[in-house]
Amino acid sequence: MSAILPPSERLWWKQPIAAQEWAWIGIAFVWAMIMFVMMVYWHINGKQNLSNEVYKTTTEMFTAKTDAFVAENTIRTEVSLANPDLKIPVVKPNAKGEAFLLARLWSWYPILELEAGKTYKIHLSSVDYNHGFSLQPVNINIQVIPGYEHVVKMTPTKAGTYAIVCNEYCGIGHHTMLGRIYVK
Amino acid sequence: MATTYRTCPRTGLQFDLDADKLMRWNAVAGVLWLLVGGITALLVILTRWPAIKLLPADQFYLILTAHGIDMLILWIIFFEMAVLYFASSTLLRCRIATPWLGWVQFWLMVVGGIMTNVAIFQGGSSVMFTSYVPMQAAPHFYLGIILFAVGALIGTGVFFGTLVVAKREKTYVGSIPLVTFGAMTAAIIAVFTILCGAAILIPTFAWSMGWIKEIDAQLYRMVWWALGHSSQQINVAAHVSIWYLVAAVAFGAKPLSEKVSRFAFLLYILFLQLASAHHLLSDPGMSAEWKVLNTSYFMYFAVLASMIHGFTVPGAIEAAQRKKGFNNGLFEWLRKAPWGNPVFSGMFISLVGFGFVGGISGVVLGTEQINMLMHNTFYVPGHFHATVVVGTTLAFMSITYLLVPTLFRREMLFPKLCQIQPYLYGLSMIVLSLVMMGAGTLGVSRRHWDMAFSGAPFQYEWPGAAYLMMGLTGIFGVIAVIGGGLWIGLVVLSLLFGKKLDGGATSDKPTPIPDQSAAAAASGTGSEEHTNVPGTVVLAITLLTCFVLYYFVNWKYLSEVWGLS
Repeated sequence: MSAILPPSERLWWKQPIAAQEWAWIGIAFVWAMIMFVMMVYWHINGKQNLSNEVYKTTTEMFTAKTDAFVAENTIRTEVSLANPDLKIPVVKPNAKGEAFLLARLWSWYPILELEAGKTYKIHLSSVDYNHGFSLQPVNINIQVIPGYEHVVKMTPTKAGTYAIVCNEYCGIGHHTMLGRIYVK
Repeated sequence: MATTYRTCPRTGLQFDLDADKLMRWNAVAGVLWLLVGGITALLVILTRWPAIKLLPADQFYLILTAHGIDMLILWIIFFEMAVLYFASSTLLRCRIATPWLGWVQFWLMVVGGIMTNVAIFQGGSSVMFTSYVPMQAAPHFYLGIILFAVGALIGTGVFFGTLVVAKREKTYVGSIPLVTFGAMTAAIIAVFTILCGAAILIPTFAWSMGWIKEIDAQLYRMVWWALGHSSQQINVAAHVSIWYLVAAVAFGAKPLSEKVSRFAFLLYILFLQLASAHHLLSDPGMSAEWKVLNTSYFMYFAVLASMIHGFTVPGAIEAAQRKKGFNNGLFEWLRKAPWGNPVFSGMFISLVGFGFVGGISGVVLGTEQINMLMHNTFYVPGHFHATVVVGTTLAFMSITYLLVPTLFRREMLFPKLCQIQPYLYGLSMIVLSLVMMGAGTLGVSRRHWDMAFSGAPFQYEWPGAAYLMMGLTGIFGVIAVIGGGLWIGLVVLSLLFGKKLDGGATSDKPTPIPDQSAAAAASGTGSEEHTNVPGTVVLAITLLTCFVLYYFVNWKYLSEVWGLS
């Protein structure tokens, strides 16, 4: 007469189910459907959906694209706190609103300067390991995978200085991999 | 087949002595890995506690890799092998099929586990539990896991073989018990999981040897997680089975409905392995349609199954208690439950913690768009410490309080400490999970050595609340380690020095399980009478209310971040 013995009713599948159990199954089922529909609904009416625009790329291709983007659109440079000899370019998106952000051991390159309320196409990729794009303190987190160029449309809402923390483990210097985005 | 059976005089359980020995060795191996995992846990905690920050970065990542592998794979799967042999050979009262293959399982897993640990502690394989390519570990890191997995696959084979033996030798009448059915669910998911593991780890091993040039980083993540997440679904099926087992042993509880509980396990078999998607929701390589369908285990059917078990397990206990006369009010059945018995208290904390903390956070985290708020943050380990540790590990700990006297034939030492242990461990682990999730909600990263970002080109200051959460993580983490260490100490000391108990009469032949339907007919309760379980209904509605509120609060958070499309 218990869960560790064979069912005492040989034809257990013919036994009726109690009303309370049915009711709970019904409620749980409805809740499951609501949660499923919510994700679909958000794709139609929500304003935060991860882009599906992705291209295969290579280290060389993505590095070349990013270098070209930086060469054309740099507005100034900033000195790294860790290394006074290192000047990091601050770059504005081009006229089409496109920008490139390259992840590598252990930096986000370059610094981007955006404007609040405008929508940009940010091309994200890694040229070595997996990295994690973690925009703080907004708290948006996107996986960055080598070989995949992910074109994410972003619309900053508020002016400020934002950090890009790497939140995918990428080796011993992982904790130094901090990037920056300015929003005016 | 020459084997001997003994019948435990305290529980009436019958053990084939070959299976008996296999279970004991597997369980002990599991406990030893838990010890290694526990020591690494303490080091991880003391490093992530910002005020202490014990280890340097390289040692931290090494220790964190060991902690993940030793806990999530070695401790749990060794213990699960013991559970599989118990649920087949012991519960069906039959000989275990091919005991020599059982020993192949055991030694392969021992050798594999040690090999992977050697690779980790040599220092060249600090690639984390997930070992995402193209970050590379030493070849024997992968080879050890492959050998371990082959061992586990053989173990599931022995389990299925034992089911066949029981059927053929007619040691039971009718259908297998619900607990065995649940263990079978775990074994089926294990076969799927291990095959996925082979599909990704064998090529990765070849790549680490230089035999193949490249493995696609996105493909790796997808197939690896069919191993990584599905293996946690083995745990779910195993610990839900143990909940039913404890309810049966501690209360004589009978499932409210065999049909409903078995159907819920069937849903696990059908849908749980889609969970690979949970880890890819913020990845570039999959379409939104793929993510929505898979992350929801095909319209949340596996979540539905867990919600059903979450109702039927306490419901079975309530029904059994009410039949015994604890009928006053909504909750007398629960108040008068044996809270001083660690087998029950551990199981009940496991059930409540898994449902309220692990379950709800898991579904929210696994919602396609909401995942962007939490992906790779400290929220993720917060969630799975509530599922794998509070859910699985605590369930395994609680059943051990039963196994030490009946399987190992030793009396537990220090009964007062045994009473306290599930509360100390379970409750501190629940709080730990909550504060970890709190830190994650504030953005703190998982697998990250330095919240101060020393050596970075810029500065970023986490909010003060994040430091507070990480400090609490440190405090409750240390308490949880003490609770876990207490369990290991109690079990090991009892096995070594506990009073020896009578193993019971032995016989050359198994005694079959008496025909239950005959007994039922004789007692005049041939047709099922339903007991109302109002207390369980209230608990279930409370769970649902928390679930709904927390779910929509997170949509609200999401609606406030930058626009993404």
